[in-house]
Amino acid sequence: MTNAAAMIEARDIIAGYPGREVLRGVSLTARSGEMLGLLGPNGAGKSTLLHVLAAVHKPASGTVVVDGRDVFSLTDRERARRIAVVPQRVEVPFGPRAFSVALMGRYAHAPAFSGYGPEDEAIAADALREAGAIHLAERAISELSGGEQKRVFIARALAQQAGVLLLDEASSGLDPARAIEIHDLLRRKCRQGAAVVIAIHDLNLAALYCDRMVFLKDGRVAAQGTTAEVFSKEVIERIYETSPELVRHPCLGIAQALFVPGSSGDR
Amino acid sequence: MTQASLPAHGNTGRPALFAVLAGLAALGLASVFLACLFGPARVPALTAVRLLAGFFGVDASGVDPTLATIVRDIRLPRAALSWLVGAALGLSGGVYQGILRNPLADPFTLGVSTGAAFGASLAIFLGFTSIPFLSALGLDPVPLAALAGAMLSLTAVIALARAGGGTRRETLVLAGIVTATFLSALISLLKSLGEESVAGIVYWLMGGFAGRGFGHLAVFLPYFLAGLAIIVRYSRELDILALGETQARMLGVKAARVRLYLLIGASLLAAASVAVAGVIGFVGLIVPHLVRLALGAEHRPLLAASALLGGILLVWSDVIARTVLPHGAELPAGVVTALLGGPFFCLLLRARAMGRT
Repeated sequence: MTNAAAMIEARDIIAGYPGREVLRGVSLTARSGEMLGLLGPNGAGKSTLLHVLAAVHKPASGTVVVDGRDVFSLTDRERARRIAVVPQRVEVPFGPRAFSVALMGRYAHAPAFSGYGPEDEAIAADALREAGAIHLAERAISELSGGEQKRVFIARALAQQAGVLLLDEASSGLDPARAIEIHDLLRRKCRQGAAVVIAIHDLNLAALYCDRMVFLKDGRVAAQGTTAEVFSKEVIERIYETSPELVRHPCLGIAQALFVPGSSGDR
Repeated sequence: MTQASLPAHGNTGRPALFAVLAGLAALGLASVFLACLFGPARVPALTAVRLLAGFFGVDASGVDPTLATIVRDIRLPRAALSWLVGAALGLSGGVYQGILRNPLADPFTLGVSTGAAFGASLAIFLGFTSIPFLSALGLDPVPLAALAGAMLSLTAVIALARAGGGTRRETLVLAGIVTATFLSALISLLKSLGEESVAGIVYWLMGGFAGRGFGHLAVFLPYFLAGLAIIVRYSRELDILALGETQARMLGVKAARVRLYLLIGASLLAAASVAVAGVIGFVGLIVPHLVRLALGAEHRPLLAASALLGGILLVWSDVIARTVLPHGAELPAGVVTALLGGPFFCLLLRARAMGRT
């Protein structure tokens, strides 16, 4: 990791689209070595918040600071060297090879005129290897399954060597074993000093991996704290309007939520 | 597993691709030479070789001066122009499809061709078909008017798209359609007003390479080179832009600006092509498709191969256009490209569909 002490902080973010306010004053901080889970019901503003953090959506007010600098004052290349994003879904009309997609992560590092060098190619190959996608390198991205594409996009983010990793539903469309692999990888990145923010729907997976959680609801932070603090029956009931039963993970002792059919909205 | 045992994934280690591109380039040059042999007057191959070698200092004296004029001053510039126009259209189509992320886009999607047609029609309508000063330089004013029309319409499209909320793809395409529709109406107006010039306008609109020579090459080349330079400079960004503007920005590409540059580059090529050869369809749409099927979707090899293949296709389309009718009568080259290309593409799609099931 290039930025050992990476950190991203959002303050009082108000953002939305014409005629629709999505975020109504959200603040959060993710520090180096920490995996922060961004949770909440559909439409709570998780994706918009990630877009604001990545500086591709300009908020109406509020600031985002990465490594002590306002993200909106950074050039695109400077920003891409600090923040890497794994999108939820990418529509790929034409299919470059997976290797080329991973190599795109080097765009912000490679000189503007001479293009990607052998070192960039080596880093891209390493990133594919790390994401378990090296065997896909020569295949067109458009021919890959959703889960395989996901791993290629994770490789692309790794190739950016950014201190901050933002993931929108990193494990959507992956089978449980692949999802575990991906999150193990993210945890390794945290240990190496990355600050990781994941928007995630799978509460139990989030409980297994996240150090801290931020629950969004209706564009506001409805609860936040360490996983042990906020992953409770009361919080989940309040935010998702359904009553789960909490049990302990048999190996790890971490709380896991079991949902009850027919319980949605019956508080 | 050691580093050495892993397969190489560099872009450098693709000798097959290099061989394909080198082969296409050689085929293109050979096509331009062979095209000099076809036409109403029979030119022996050996004579043509001597004449063309004359450009490189080989002694070509003793050749019939009429044949020398036919080969050097008529057929060679025409073949070279058709090659370059084909290359420009293939390249331009590949870029348009990439930036608009739409496989149905072609060099004329944004109304550049209609702008050029309007410029040419206006010049013909006003009788500016020959201006002594320009003629002395070997320049025909109509292509210059077409070029000016294309540039103006491109400027109008971009301005309109910006006024309509930035250069988003949908806004751009919409602005292109609006501009093209408006200019088409103006062309119809010119046709209905100028009874004498109708024939000239219709003939110009059909396009082709009849009577094109060094003067047209001189009009075409600067724009071709400028467009090519822009596209080569930003071809790496094009791959990233094809994943979408948000993705591109996340990776550090100044997406809106780079897309505008690429758009201008591709439009310069399209405008210059229409200015000298009229509207030639099919090449810019289908050639990038064919190449994508064969080589994959990465833009640098895709654009290089599209340019080379487009050139070859148009050289031979023009050869057919000028030899298929008796008594030296000619078809517009655009008619040939569409007549040959359409059915060929249907066959290709069918073969692919059958290969899949």
